[in-house]
Amino acid sequence: MACIEARGLRKSFGTTIALDGIDMRVEEGRILGLIGPNGAGKTTALQAILGLTPYQGELRVLGRDPWAERDQLMRDVCFIADVAVLPRWIKVSQALDYVAGVHPRFDRAKAEALLAKTTIRRSSRVRELSKGMVTQLHLALVMAIDARLLVLDEPTLGLDILYRKQFYDSLLNDYFDRNRTIVVATHQVEEVQHVLTDLMFIDRGRIVFECSMEELESRYLEVTVHPEKVAAARALKPMHERQAIGRSILLFDLMTLDKNKVDGQPPAGLLSDFGEVRTPGIADLFVAVMGNQGVVTQGVANQSVVNHVL
Amino acid sequence: MSTQSNATSESFQSKSAAPAVIPSTRVFYWSVRRELWEYRSIYLAPLAVAGVALVAFCLSSFVGIWEAPLRLNQAHAQAPFDMAAGLMMLTGIVVSVFYCLDALHGERRDRSILFWKSLPVSDATTVLAKASIPLVILPLLIVAIALAMHWIMLLISSAAVLASGGSVSALWTSSSFLRTSWLLLYHVLTAHTLWPAPVYCWLLLVSGWARRATFLWAALPVIAIGGVEQIVFHTWHFAVLVGGRLIGAVPTVASKSRDMLPTDPMTHIMPGSFLSSPGLWIGLAFAAVFLAAAVRLRRYREPI
Repeated sequence: MACIEARGLRKSFGTTIALDGIDMRVEEGRILGLIGPNGAGKTTALQAILGLTPYQGELRVLGRDPWAERDQLMRDVCFIADVAVLPRWIKVSQALDYVAGVHPRFDRAKAEALLAKTTIRRSSRVRELSKGMVTQLHLALVMAIDARLLVLDEPTLGLDILYRKQFYDSLLNDYFDRNRTIVVATHQVEEVQHVLTDLMFIDRGRIVFECSMEELESRYLEVTVHPEKVAAARALKPMHERQAIGRSILLFDLMTLDKNKVDGQPPAGLLSDFGEVRTPGIADLFVAVMGNQGVVTQGVANQSVVNHVL
Repeated sequence: MSTQSNATSESFQSKSAAPAVIPSTRVFYWSVRRELWEYRSIYLAPLAVAGVALVAFCLSSFVGIWEAPLRLNQAHAQAPFDMAAGLMMLTGIVVSVFYCLDALHGERRDRSILFWKSLPVSDATTVLAKASIPLVILPLLIVAIALAMHWIMLLISSAAVLASGGSVSALWTSSSFLRTSWLLLYHVLTAHTLWPAPVYCWLLLVSGWARRATFLWAALPVIAIGGVEQIVFHTWHFAVLVGGRLIGAVPTVASKSRDMLPTDPMTHIMPGSFLSSPGLWIGLAFAAVFLAAAVRLRRYREPI
């Protein structure tokens, strides 16, 4: 059963097209990563899913029309944008009271237990908390809600590495199960790689690539090629090539490689002759896919991803 | 397609429908609570004004300014209470105006609208909860505070009169507490709640619409229309109309025997003529339109 189903989702702001006919289907129990450069339409897509913005096209989330039924939908959907969304004047105790007051699926005891693991005091106001603590508070509120879809938009932006690691760890260990679905849009691809089950690249309002993580592992290989074998490796038509510390790193799509039928060998075995073989990181795959789009902004997109990786 | 999507939607809902209902009154109650948490000036400002006024009254009682009229002249026994009531009504207007101008603007300015919208609370509930502050909460609050002030002032006066060796019986018999309480409640709910309702709802609408300078955007149309009217017709009807709404100058609420003070025991209230005046209903119709527009607008609003 699909948790999110979109067909021909469009949205434009004036002459700027934010979403250019997106088709997507997210099954229940998946963790989908939505990856894309700034201004690609990630946030707009998430806002449409959450009923925060009107759109054209067809969209059902948990069987509902988000724009028409936002308040009912929010009984089953939780949302964390970036850290600056909790009102700064609210006290921790008031936030607990309020969510308990209006949300039918909020388990206050669970939220209290999650907060007890942190150093957040009940009497503090949000403005007195550090950025990391605000995220912990928001996560505690959200994890105590028995929701079926959790939408995260750059949830760890501006947090230090400890908080970021903790964020995804507690999400996976204490929250996620087969009945829940998580959609996360982020730039910090390296830290979600081991969390995701599915991957979607979005650029200029279009989905340019999607695959499951199993598919990523079985289909794409990255080879750090010995200098003397670069020419032979290039002959196999890699998706992408980059240089790192004087070595050429070639990224291959085994599906296209197969068609070349080089010497009748199994492609993975062939590639290991060229050098060290491994599963590519999401960032490298992203750069390769975006590079193959032949877009003008390619350099910018690549650069931003590389910066995040480094 | 439609049957398929209906089937999906039903199966989703049947799976999750059972416990997932919170009565709308409870959601509304917590929505009002959150306004009182966020805008503590709603009750702190009237309390502060009342506190300052009582200190001033206390000082003047013992120095002797209020003592003479309270003891000697029954006709003026009402004066301190009228002062208290007037002060509270003025505070109520000021607090309402500033609250309404920020109510739907502040949540966009600090981006918290994304948090509020991530909870199962409809835009209508939120906007109505905000409208209930100037239209229900503040009127009742200022009446309660004014009445409490009345009692405290009576006690202070009694102490002052006793200290100067007089008799307090005249003081207590001359104050028709019940009568003035009702008059005050009536006056606040009519002249300061129902009558200015369109103004407050207009301010709410502007606070939900303007990206910045809410006061300017709220006042601009009034100034523009008033200015055009002055230039073309050389009259001030529109400005007087809006100003009269705001300060609660309504002719049909009551007939006054001697002066303009609403809590004068001789005031003859006229709820019939007030409720049947077209001005009231035209105003309430405008208020309803502004509120409906504010609800609709909040659906589209994003952080600024």
